[in-house]
Amino acid sequence: MDNKIDILREEIKQRLSEVTDLSQLDSLRVAYLGKKGSVTALLKSMKELSNEEKKQFGAEVNKLKAEAAKRVEEKVAELNALAIEAEINSMPRFDITTPADLTRGSYHPITLVSRQCESIFRSMGFTVEDYPEVVTDYECFESVNIPKHHPARDMQDTYYLENGQLLKSQTSAAQNAILKKYGAALKENGVPIKAIFPGRCFRNEATDASHENTFFQMEGMMVDKDISISNLIYFMKTMLSEVFQRDVKVRLRPGFFPFVEPGFELDINCEICGGKGCSSCKHSGWLELCPCGMIHPNVLREGGIDPDEYTGFAFGLGLTRLAMMKYKVKDIRDLNSGNLKSLDQFTDDDE
Amino acid sequence: MFLSMNWISDFVDFSGLDKLELIRRFSLSTAEVENEIFFKGADLSGVVVAEIKSVENHPDSKKLHLLKVDAGGDELIDVVCGAPNVRVGMKTAFAKVGAKLGEITIAPRELAGFTSFGMCCGEAEIGISDDNSGIMEITDDVPNGTDLKEIYQIDDIVFEVDNKSLTNRPDLWGHYGIAREFAALTGRPLKPLDTADLDAYSELQKLDMKIEDPLCQRYSCLAVENITRSVSPVNMRIRLYYCGMRAINFLADLTNYLMLEMGQPMHAFDSRKVGAIRIKRFDEPFKFKTLDGVERNIDENTLMICNGDTPVAIAGIMGGLDSEIVEDTTTLTLESATFDAASIRKSTVRLAHRTDASMRYEKSLDPEMTVPAIARFLFLLSKYDGGVRVVSSLTDEYAFKYDVVELRFDKAFVDRYTGIEIDNDTIINTLTGLGFKASVSDDTFDVVVPSWRATKDVTMKADIIEEITRIYGYDNFAVNTTRSPLYPVRAEVVKSNEDKIKDILVKRFGLHEVHSYVWAYYDEQKALGIPVEDNIKLANATNPNIETIRRSMIPTQLCQVKTNTGYAPDFGIFEVGRVVTGMDENNLCVEKKNLAITLFSKTKSVREIYFELRDMLAVIADDLKHKPLDFAPAAAEHAYEHPVNLNTVILDGNEIGKIGIVHPTVGKKIDKKAAIVFAEIDMQAFAQVQNASIVYEEPSKYPPMDYDISVIVPSGVFYKDLRECWKNEGRGILRKTGIVDTYDTEHFHSITIRFEFSSNERTLSSAEVQEIMDKVISNLKSIKVEMRGNGER
Repeated sequence: MDNKIDILREEIKQRLSEVTDLSQLDSLRVAYLGKKGSVTALLKSMKELSNEEKKQFGAEVNKLKAEAAKRVEEKVAELNALAIEAEINSMPRFDITTPADLTRGSYHPITLVSRQCESIFRSMGFTVEDYPEVVTDYECFESVNIPKHHPARDMQDTYYLENGQLLKSQTSAAQNAILKKYGAALKENGVPIKAIFPGRCFRNEATDASHENTFFQMEGMMVDKDISISNLIYFMKTMLSEVFQRDVKVRLRPGFFPFVEPGFELDINCEICGGKGCSSCKHSGWLELCPCGMIHPNVLREGGIDPDEYTGFAFGLGLTRLAMMKYKVKDIRDLNSGNLKSLDQFTDDDE
Repeated sequence: MFLSMNWISDFVDFSGLDKLELIRRFSLSTAEVENEIFFKGADLSGVVVAEIKSVENHPDSKKLHLLKVDAGGDELIDVVCGAPNVRVGMKTAFAKVGAKLGEITIAPRELAGFTSFGMCCGEAEIGISDDNSGIMEITDDVPNGTDLKEIYQIDDIVFEVDNKSLTNRPDLWGHYGIAREFAALTGRPLKPLDTADLDAYSELQKLDMKIEDPLCQRYSCLAVENITRSVSPVNMRIRLYYCGMRAINFLADLTNYLMLEMGQPMHAFDSRKVGAIRIKRFDEPFKFKTLDGVERNIDENTLMICNGDTPVAIAGIMGGLDSEIVEDTTTLTLESATFDAASIRKSTVRLAHRTDASMRYEKSLDPEMTVPAIARFLFLLSKYDGGVRVVSSLTDEYAFKYDVVELRFDKAFVDRYTGIEIDNDTIINTLTGLGFKASVSDDTFDVVVPSWRATKDVTMKADIIEEITRIYGYDNFAVNTTRSPLYPVRAEVVKSNEDKIKDILVKRFGLHEVHSYVWAYYDEQKALGIPVEDNIKLANATNPNIETIRRSMIPTQLCQVKTNTGYAPDFGIFEVGRVVTGMDENNLCVEKKNLAITLFSKTKSVREIYFELRDMLAVIADDLKHKPLDFAPAAAEHAYEHPVNLNTVILDGNEIGKIGIVHPTVGKKIDKKAAIVFAEIDMQAFAQVQNASIVYEEPSKYPPMDYDISVIVPSGVFYKDLRECWKNEGRGILRKTGIVDTYDTEHFHSITIRFEFSSNERTLSSAEVQEIMDKVISNLKSIKVEMRGNGER
């Protein structure tokens, strides 16, 4: 009888070694270890044996059974390992250095620059305002201290509409509305007026590489008790340092703008030459960037704010100019061209 | 305007100071100085006064002469000279061997067989005028060999100030006013102008002069005779030339000189032509010839200087040809006047003729200046032409006087405005230096504004702040942040919606943001067959192509799509821009802020991109408002709209825009094969829709149950009609529905709809789901939507 067990053991060992896949293995397992399998059959053949023999033979068969099961387990593991290895070996080496597919949309460069300025000012507690493009003479001129026949109206050739309205020539056209919108909160609760307003402006002039009749500015204003020239310099310097990501040197010169008194031209030290003088800054080391000043008492008064009690500053940043400087756009007309070969490069900018 | 430091130095002592640094400070404190500073005479040396002792004709040349000149040395110098005006006894400018004229260094030189040891120079060669007609004629009595720079102010520093930056400063349109700024900046005194005493002539007869129009503020005049000098002194001519004016003759030069010095324009008439000076306007338009020989159209708004009823000059702009000084003029009448600034400006615009005089008058000149200007003029006239006689008393009518501006403010006001500490002494010294009368007691300042600043420039307290701070220097300011209390800042809904929409369209859908103009593009639209729809127009457009304000952004975008057809086979553009859709009851423009999107594809069907666009809008609505979009068929109204599939976009019951396909006529002009769809959304209408809050649903722990039905949808029935069939049948367990398959044949359009059921409380039974579905199917049947096959998928 022992012989039978040994033969079967050898046979299983032999057969298992020949197995190459899991399904073969499974049928082999059934053939030997299943209910009708050869090992089970051995147990059934014990009937004729004596009790003592049964006990011994049974133990031997069970040993074989456990042995066979273990061999099958090992074979399973071996086959799995082989399969994984085969899968690994079959994986080709990809060329990760091929050009990436960068197909995606793009923002207008003005949007990028404007957002950057907006986020700087938001972080300092300014609201971001929205305002129409068609405005009245009152909004654009009268309310910001530019009465009729004032030479300032000469300086900016305005697009007038047939009904006497006009396309706003400056974002200052929103000043009066902003003062009125937030005036009550200022007077009743002491909430300072802090607002910026990015918007499109229009000037009736011939266009060329550096002149456009349609461009963007960003107006900013702050009104409270005791707002000073010193504060104005602080905010301009801080904002421009953020925009240009460097410690910007600013310089104020007297400038004449009817809506401010005193009024300034603000220069920053030239980024390109670092202030030494180059062709971009006409060898002066300074770039004229932004008119600003203390809000004229007449403008405050017209907005319902008492200039004896409150002071404020205002500035008008040329967003189009800023975008051109930042992205080194040479022809201003590219910006309104709708030409995607120019514009699709401005995918995003996280500065 | 060009400014000469020599001239300014007549009035302020700059000794020991760096002039370039002063100019830099002027630029930071007063008005912008252009970057290029001119160092006049810097490249000139070795030019001396020399006398021509003999002149011989060159044997072979008609033009050349052989000269012997006395340049102050022991021996006469041989010079070959080609100038036509050489003569014996003439004194001229002589560049000795070794002299430098710009790039040229003078060396002995062979000229047609003779050696020239130096060069006789014309004024243009020395750089003191543009006269190159001959060599310079020196009439001043100076010894031969004297360096030219010792007798004439050739060395000078000239700088230019941008006229625009002087718009509000009528006092800075002459060197004397500029000198006052330098005096204040340096803290040095401003010297008074040397003037003649006009009172000496008060016994003489007055001129017949009368202001008959309020546009003339002041008119002062004086008659003089016996002017014999014709050529101006060299130094005067050099200054005029350095400041950008040509020397003409002594009298004309002197009026120009005075204008450049004091900023007061003056005019000299032939006294024979102005026996009765009247200043007035005419009722009828007429033609008038100005002294430049141009005939100009004068209208009833233009102020004129007249002799009785005969016009002789356009007030403040230019004199007339007929009253000009001519050769046989013996007596002349000097005019020094001020006029209404706005009137001069408007006349200038009407005549399209701007002069040095009108430029100054436009700025509101100080009427107090007219008489001192005559006194200064007479002083200079007498100084350079000793025989001049005054033949009238000063005749002066002062019709309009500005109010004296007096201001009172306290130290706290200055502190509040500046945010820094500027002490009382500095304030007083600054204001006094600028010509203000200023005093302080108990920190209260009393200031009287000088007449030259009071015409419009300094009228209120804030103006004084500028005077104090600009001279103090903004570079010297301490920089401080504010101490305002903090409050929350709320985002403007239209603006934040706009930002998010841009992000969705760029980041998720890969569209490109563009900008465009607010007016309709006539030419480009015409090429596409999109007529420009009537709308409000610009009143002063210079170009008919940009005349009419657009009603919609879609025509603009189609033009932009046209320019980009070669960019890529598929692309989409969008813009948030403005349109005017009409006029309101007050005849004001109804302006809208719109979002416009246009998709272009050569690889996809029009149906595909139409639904892409629909999904973009739906995602925007779902992201920003958590609300579904609805659509209603719309009738085409515009040339670019395809009549089929044009829909109104509805959000929360409000019409917020349109979506559609481009009309094939227009589409084919853009690209023969491409599909083009568009949408336009009213941003304000969109922003006004309240956003629904997110209602969180716990995921169910019980198994869900899906139930699919395939239905045949007859034409004219839309999915939203189907939706009505189960909208109220869900019993709280129908969680989601959606299309999982579509199947179209020639005969029918079929879709498979999946119903997803689940409950948070229990495991669902087939029976309860079946019950709901039976009701849904019966509802569908009632709108003629039948099952396809036997509920098979």
